[in-house]
Amino acid sequence: MNDVNAYIGLSAVLFTIGAIGVLTRRNAIVVFMCVELMLNACNLALVAFAHQHGNLDGQVAAFFVMVVAAAEVVVGLAIIMTIFRTRRSASVDDASLLKY
Amino acid sequence: MSITFWLLSAIIVPAALGILFVRKAVHAALLLAAVMISLAIIYLTLEAPFLFAVQIIVYTGAIMMLFLFVVMLVGVDASDSVVETIRGQRWLAWTAGVVLGALLLVGVAQISLGTMVGLDAANSGGNIEGLADLLFSRYVLLFEVTAALLITAAVGAMVLAHRERLEPKPTQASMAAQRVRDFSETGRPLVPLPSPGVYARHNAVDTPALLPDGTPAEESVARVLAARGTVRSAPALADDITEVQRTLGDVDGGPAGGATGGTDQASGSGHNTENPEAGA
Repeated sequence: MNDVNAYIGLSAVLFTIGAIGVLTRRNAIVVFMCVELMLNACNLALVAFAHQHGNLDGQVAAFFVMVVAAAEVVVGLAIIMTIFRTRRSASVDDASLLKY
Repeated sequence: MSITFWLLSAIIVPAALGILFVRKAVHAALLLAAVMISLAIIYLTLEAPFLFAVQIIVYTGAIMMLFLFVVMLVGVDASDSVVETIRGQRWLAWTAGVVLGALLLVGVAQISLGTMVGLDAANSGGNIEGLADLLFSRYVLLFEVTAALLITAAVGAMVLAHRERLEPKPTQASMAAQRVRDFSETGRPLVPLPSPGVYARHNAVDTPALLPDGTPAEESVARVLAARGTVRSAPALADDITEVQRTLGDVDGGPAGGATGGTDQASGSGHNTENPEAGA
């Protein structure tokens, strides 16, 4: 089995699980973890395609995705902390108003 | 290669599905860490040793640690609510997700992407060297923009996490003055609370200290232990006290038989020292 399809299939499954998690979970931290899962699925597809095409551009793209994910996590978790500080809750349902 | 892939898939997919179903955020973080480490090993089989290291250091090390820090700050028991604010949202989300997954999988199954070329040629000068060549030639502008993104994220996180101090920082003198004020207004004890187990038979934190009259001091045990109900009860302590008195009476109370009146007065505490005086 020297085929890239299996890797892309696993990537698709992971992306789907992440998307379902973002849609169904209510805890903001777990929603964030599911976003990370989707980013990881995309990374797997990029690395698999880099291996299939025989050049390193896919790996560079995956590296940039990791950098952006790190920046996104830092800001996102800071926002979660700020909301938790004012509302004493990490549920995405409680943050339904922009003020108060 | 294929055995590694299927074994790791058998770890990754259940772990990822577990994120959807576990109640606690800590368990979700652990499952996500398992997924990420397994993905790192898959990167290794795909001839990406640099991304293998970055995946473990950045994702499993830094990002998951950040997640665990926030879980710790927000509260470990901040679990999901199961209340639906939009009616039928859960079922709609599941349907949409399953349809998306089926669509992606059917699409992947229908196309043929050909066999893998492999990275032997591209990695001939070393994987990290090859990546660096690309990063600092074709993607150098992207690399510089990434620097701007990272500094923006760092400043943004600092601004979001910053809290303006509205009142002056309490000093030792102000805290002492507050203690005296509390004592005069509400009668809160001025001195520290008694530590547990000092005059009791046991020196453990779940054993209340004994007051000079032999009664246990309730405030000497932490409130958490009292709420859990793991504090040694007063009757048990009373048994302990009589037992101690009996053994003491057997050991050195024999010759000083008339010292029982002394032990009644100072039962519990201090009769180790007072007994010989009373007997003498």
